[in-house]
This record gives sequence, structure tokens and C-alpha cells, in this order.
Amino acid sequence: MSNIPLDPTAKFQEYATPGALVSTAWLAENLNTPGIVVVESDEDTLLYETGHVPGSVKVDWHTDLNDPVSRDYVGPEGFAALMSRKGISRDTTVIFYGDKSNWWAAYALWVFRLFGHTDVRLLDGGRQKWEAEGREMTKEVPTRTATSYPLSPRNDSELRAYREQVIEHVSAKGCMVDVRSPQEFSGELTHMPDYPQEGTLRGGHIPGAKSVPWKRAANDDGTFKGLADLRAIYEGEKGLAADDDVIAYCRIGERSSHTWFVLTYLLGFTNVRNYDGSWSEWGNAVRLPIAVGAE
Amino acid sequence: MSETPAAQLPPGLAAVAADFADTPREMRLELLLEYADRLQPLPQKYAAQIDLMERVQECQSPLYAIAEVSNDTVQIHATAPQESPTTRAFASIMQLGLNGLTAEEVLAVSASAPLQLGITDLVSPLRMRGATGLLARIQRQVRAAVRP
Repeated sequence: MSNIPLDPTAKFQEYATPGALVSTAWLAENLNTPGIVVVESDEDTLLYETGHVPGSVKVDWHTDLNDPVSRDYVGPEGFAALMSRKGISRDTTVIFYGDKSNWWAAYALWVFRLFGHTDVRLLDGGRQKWEAEGREMTKEVPTRTATSYPLSPRNDSELRAYREQVIEHVSAKGCMVDVRSPQEFSGELTHMPDYPQEGTLRGGHIPGAKSVPWKRAANDDGTFKGLADLRAIYEGEKGLAADDDVIAYCRIGERSSHTWFVLTYLLGFTNVRNYDGSWSEWGNAVRLPIAVGAE
Repeated sequence: MSETPAAQLPPGLAAVAADFADTPREMRLELLLEYADRLQPLPQKYAAQIDLMERVQECQSPLYAIAEVSNDTVQIHATAPQESPTTRAFASIMQLGLNGLTAEEVLAVSASAPLQLGITDLVSPLRMRGATGLLARIQRQVRAAVRP
């Protein structure tokens, strides 16, 4: 972590990494603190343009973080160029926030971690809470001085799982968390007759995965649940332990980034990977094993 | 990624495509937001009873739409939350592009018309599913209205 102080909010001190979250009140007081850059990442790419936290910059999961051609993230050159454009240095404290209970903010944070950016924090409650509290929003896009961000290798091995690794993980009966809705998990189709589907040819889940919809980790206001509640769900009810080798997945990796964040930073699990190929890869792949039903 | 020429779009959608083509790249999201702001308010009967409309399942955000056909003229009504401006823009563009056309004219619109507007790269192909889903549902409703 950099020399930017941590948010002393009591709730955060319970978590394994107390500095991984900031509150809306803390952020409001630190908007002009040098060394901090606030990043908005949303599902709806226009939301930033409608108004955003003063001084924040936008990072779009698709148009900024994804490689424009292959299904992968940008490489070191692309990431360094993006950081330079956004005025982010290697030692900048980056505070992420976004819509949908921070799905995409957690996803962007995860991608920043793939590149080894150290000081990343999430705004508890995200855009929803900031807006609900009537805090200041602006349409003014800040002009930030370009930085020279170092070319940093993307290290996928610790935080990201590929399809081949998931296949091995299934064979070894490793722990897996499916964070999609119960209907997606069971394989029920929610589309109407004659309409195009979302693009997967099979419904269901990866055999052996435990269903823990991402939403269970969040309160209705978008904030994370307290430590005791989270432990009761993931450790008590699902039997996961902090040193388990865990892979989380959803449809394209955004909701599972939310759960990856919970397991890693709030519960202190040491070995959690996000399978960003997720169901949109697994459910389309030929001859991969699939389970259906609620269990 | 190249976009298909907009030659076969109906005039209203062709005007939208021209608008984006004539706008500098860095200004196009602003333009899309202007379209979002032009979404027409719902008539009272739909505002009071949203389930009279059809949910567009391809959109992750709750978009509801209905196409009315009266005197062989199509009118589209749609609503989506303020926090889903891209979805609102899609709905608004469909209103501007299709309202006032005859049923046959609406049914003749290519299913890929949303991909010809010059906004696919701007918002990403994945996000365009909502727009193509909306058009498909509008056309299905129009077809049901004129060929019961």
C-alpha cells in the first residue's frame, strides 16, 4: 500500500484486508488528495457521461480492458498506455466504483491486479450508494496529466483460471463457486420461445461447483455484508476454507470478480482464481462435462 | 471493425447513422447520450401498467417496449431506468427510426440494422445484443398485429 491512509471505518477493520474498501464519506473527503485516482467502471458505458464522482476517470471493461481482437485482456503495452492516458502512476492509489453493486468495478480492480498494480481499493456501495446519499456528481471530465506507467507483465497464473486449468480442477475435485443465479446454475432456460439466447448452447453448471449467487455477499444498498455474515455463507454453509484452492466463475467473469474480491480481500482466502471464460466458454465448448439441476 | 454501409436503412435510422458518421469519434458517446435524453415519456396507460408492455430479455437492464399499429402506422413506446442510458438510447433511436413507418416498412428492416448505425465499436458488440433484441421484439409485435 502507498502512503495514502486507510479508511478507519469500523466495519472494514474486521476484514482480512481492512484497506481494500473505502466508504463514501472517506472518498468525499479525499477527492482532492494527491496520489489518489478514482476510476468508474460500469456495465452501462454511458453512465459515466451522465454524471460521475468529481475528478474520476472512466475505464470501460470492454473498450479499454479487453483486447480488441482476441478474447483476452490488453497486454503490457496496452495497459501502460491506458494508465498513462488516465493519469495513473504505478504507485497511485486507485479507488474503483461502479454500477450494479460494483461488478465491473471489482472486475477492473481484478484486471489491475493481473498487472500487479498494488494499491487498489473499492468504494463500498459503489455508484448506487454515492448517488443515494446525494453526493456531488459532475459531467466535467477531468484533464489529467499523462504519466509514464512502466511496462508491467500481466501475471495471470495466480488470479486467473483458463479453461484447461478448470478441467484439471474438476478432475481433482477442487473447490469451485458458481456465482450466477439459481436458474442459470440449474440449467433452466429463462428465454422465451423463438427469441435469441444470450449465446450459450447449453445450460447448467460445471460439475462439482457450489452455487453461491454473488448477491448473497451484498446488502441491498450495494455495500458488502459484514465479516460474520460472509463467513457464515462461504465457510459455514459451503464449507470453504481460507487455504482452499478456489475458482469462481459466472457468465463472463464480472459477477465472479465480485466474489473473488470478497473471498480474497474480505475473508482472506489465499488462493482464489477468477475463471473469466466462465459459462460463456464452458457452456459452448464441445464435450466438456456439465451438470444440471439445483445440486 | 468495419461497419456495413447504411444504404438499406429506413430514412430515420439512416439519419441516425449519418449523425454518428458525421460526429468526431471522441464526441460520439455524448451524441449517444443526447439520443438517450430524447426517449419519449410513456403514455399514461403504460406508465400505470408496465406489464402491458414486453420485457426485452436480451437487455440486462429492465427495458420494456411495445409497438402499436394503428391505421397501418407503427408507434413504439418504451421505458428503461435512468441508470441505463445506453438502453434508453437504443429505445430512443428505434422510436426515431421506426415511428410513423407502415407495418410492412418496419418488417422490412434488416435484423442487423442496429449494427449498421456506427455505434457497435463505441459500446461493444456484446452490448448491441440489447438493441438487436429490441428490434426483433418490435418486429414480432408488429407482425402479430397485422397478421393475427
